[in-house]
Formats: sequence, C-alpha cells, structure tokens
Amino acid sequence: MVDAHGKAVGIACVNCHATAKPNPQINRGDQLLKFHQGLHSAHGSLTCLSCHNAADYGSLRLADSRRVEFKDVMQLCGQCHGHQLESYKHGAHGGMNGHWDLTRGPRTRNTCTNCHDPHAPKFPLVQPIFPPRDRISVPLPERPVQKTHEYLPTKP
Amino acid sequence: MSSDSNSGCGKEDCGCVSRRTVMKGVGVTLGAAAFARAIAPLTEWAQNISADEFLQKHYKELSLIDLKVVLRRLEKETKEHYGADVTISDTKPQEGVKFGYALNLSVCNGCRKCAEACHLENNHDRPSNQSYIRVFEMQKGSMDMEQGNAHYDKPVPQPDKFYMPVQCQQCEHPPCVDVCPVEATWKEPDGIVVVDYNWCIGCRYCEAACPYHARRFNWTKPVIPKEEINPDQGYLSNRIRPQGTMEKCTFCLHRTRNGRLPACLEACPTGARVFGNLLDPNSEIRWVLEHKRVFILKEDLGLKPQFFYFFDS
Repeated sequence: MVDAHGKAVGIACVNCHATAKPNPQINRGDQLLKFHQGLHSAHGSLTCLSCHNAADYGSLRLADSRRVEFKDVMQLCGQCHGHQLESYKHGAHGGMNGHWDLTRGPRTRNTCTNCHDPHAPKFPLVQPIFPPRDRISVPLPERPVQKTHEYLPTKP
Repeated sequence: MSSDSNSGCGKEDCGCVSRRTVMKGVGVTLGAAAFARAIAPLTEWAQNISADEFLQKHYKELSLIDLKVVLRRLEKETKEHYGADVTISDTKPQEGVKFGYALNLSVCNGCRKCAEACHLENNHDRPSNQSYIRVFEMQKGSMDMEQGNAHYDKPVPQPDKFYMPVQCQQCEHPPCVDVCPVEATWKEPDGIVVVDYNWCIGCRYCEAACPYHARRFNWTKPVIPKEEINPDQGYLSNRIRPQGTMEKCTFCLHRTRNGRLPACLEACPTGARVFGNLLDPNSEIRWVLEHKRVFILKEDLGLKPQFFYFFDS
C-alpha cells in the first residue's frame, strides 16, 4: 500500500488482501486500476506472485513455494543474487551502523530492501554532495576572518 | 674608530661622517624595518597561543597527569574560541588490533556521502568544504588516480565512469612520517598514522610526500558554527585543529578505538565500505582480502597501505 507520494505506508497487506481476491491475470503493478497505481516495476521478468505469497500476503514466497517472512527477505533475493548474498553474509555488502567490535557493542545491518526498491532495485541517479574547495584546486570564497591576509599589499 | 684612516675624511677630530658609515646606518635601519615587517604575522599569530600551549611537551613525552591538564585546557580553549562544550579524550590503541579498510569499487556510486560524514564528524573547516576523503570520478578502464576528477557535479553514477574515494591509506611505511622534521607525526601500534597538532610546525613536507594527496593544511583558523561542532573529540583525531597545522584521516580513532565503525562507513548508502581488525582471522575485512579481487593504490611505491580496493567478481 502506498500513499499519495508513492511511499509505503504502515498498513498490513492483509487489510485488503484478506478479502480482495487476487487476479492471476494481472502480473504487473501498472495494470492495476484501484490500488498500487504507479507502481513502477523494473526487476527483470518477475511478476507480483514471483515473490508475493498469494496464499498469505503477510509473507513472501520462495521459488520452491516455501513461505518466508518480510524480515528475511535476504533469503528471497539471494535465490538469484547469490554473490551478493555471500558477500552480505560476510559483511561485505550492505550498509551498517554501530560497532565493528561486536564484543563492545551492537550493530544494525540493512536488509536488501532498506537500500534497494524491490520493484526497481537498480540504484537511481543521485546528485553528489558538495565537491572539495581546496586551495590547490579552486580559490576560496570570501571568509569572515582572514587575519593573515591583512599583510598582503592591497591593490591601488 | 677615530684612529681608522678609512673613517671620516681622514683628519683627526674632524667630526664628519663617511659615506660608508651612512650607508651602514641606512642598511641597519632598513634591515630592522624589513625584519619587523617579516615577523609581524608571527607576533600576531603568537597572541593566539597561550604560554601553556607554547611550553607544551610532545604528546609522547606527556605524563598521564600532564595529558589530563592539556585535555582540560584544550576543552576550555574550544569553549573560549567557539563557544561549544566539548569532551576531548585520548583513547589508546587496543592490544591485538590493527585496523584495515576495504572499499568495493563495483558498488560505490560517487555520491560523496562519506566525504560529507567526514566533514561533520571531524569538525572540518566549513567554508573550504574540507574533508579527509576525496572522491575521484574515473574513466572506466583507467586505474590512474592522477587522471581522476574530484570536482564532478553531475548526477552520479555516469555510465562510462566509476568512482574511487581516496583517503589516508595508513601505510606500513608512511613517507609522510619519514619527512617530518620535528617528529610531529608517527604511526601508532594499531596502524593509524596520527599528528600531534600542537607539535606540528606546518611546514607541509608531509603533504608533499604523500602520494595519495591525503594530508590537509589548515590555512586559516577553522570556521565552524557552534551548534555544528561534534563534541565527542579525540586529542589525536577530530578536535578542532589550530591554524597552520597539518591534519589527516585517522580512521575516526575516537570512534574505532571504542569499537565503533568509522563515520564514513556508516554514511555510505551503498555499503561499499568494509572495516575491521586485520589481526582477527575471522573478521570481515580478512574475508574480503581472502575472497575478493583486491588491489592497492600505487602498489609500485612499496608503501604497503592498510587500505584496500576490491571489485565484485
């Protein structure tokens, strides 16, 4: 479920999907007329039910029809993205926060969907943060305090 | 001098002054004036230095009590100069820990979030956008960081480019340490190359010696708004540096020596960064070194960096 800005809202899927009967004819978000409009899908040839569990929308579904919880989405994505899963298991893929030394404090790790939109997982283009403004590259702007420059000759 | 035949007109008791004496006098006066003008910035600069700071010993010669006094004095000075309440600590290296860092060039998208996090965490000068990390936009197929562009401002990633953040590589044989004429910089047992900002004379030899362009110079007194100052500071890392001193990346040792991750790693939205203890065979950094295609920058220089780059195979 998404709000007017297309952001996910905290409503359990089963709120609607407990009563709404799934239509297996529809396999892309943009074909839906009532809900999930504008859901952009750019994830290979996957359809909704490749990952969503039609028998229980509160969970996901592995390729062998086993049920998997949303929080264990790494298992689902790892079915195709094995190299990434292997790196993830060894802390070499996916952002994290907290401690490197787990004997001294906890650490939180991102899951796949914290960073990748599952429906369009490729990272979007982003505008980079400010570039450096070193003296070796570009002149500095006017500064509030520049005492050392008071001794430079002023132009006539 | 009156008996000297070269002085005056040569006559006894004449009282006249020779051309040479006049020129000497003029020379001395001009010389004194020029000297006064030349050292004027120095006297001005010295006004900002307390006697305690001037007499402070080298970091390695400070006793624990001396160090405590210095830390409290620096906290007080930060309050006076910047109006901010900060805590400056000095966490020592951990036994059995040697820090290593690896960066995945396959996923880095060049967003510069790491450089921004460094800017904020390490109390960098705001007007110059200072940061210990420079991100180079590189042509695909090229590996020469000297050809990289650090000033790109188009949306990233561009299709024919890859992005390579470069910061201090914490070399095993750091040339910046070798060239320091006053031993104000050295390598700590956990591998971090540090600077005693109060001992540094600002000659910038280390900046010239570093092949990774990883050292920065404080041309001016850093300008930081009071409310933006990070109060969690370390003597050898992110305390606000005085004007005229060198600074560099310390792998955020005020964080990492307390077991935390560096600020640049936490800020990375792509998870391109891996940090850990090189001496722990089960660490994640060791897994990367053993399982990925790893390379180091400017390997031919033989400096043995503790910073590694890798690609997903």
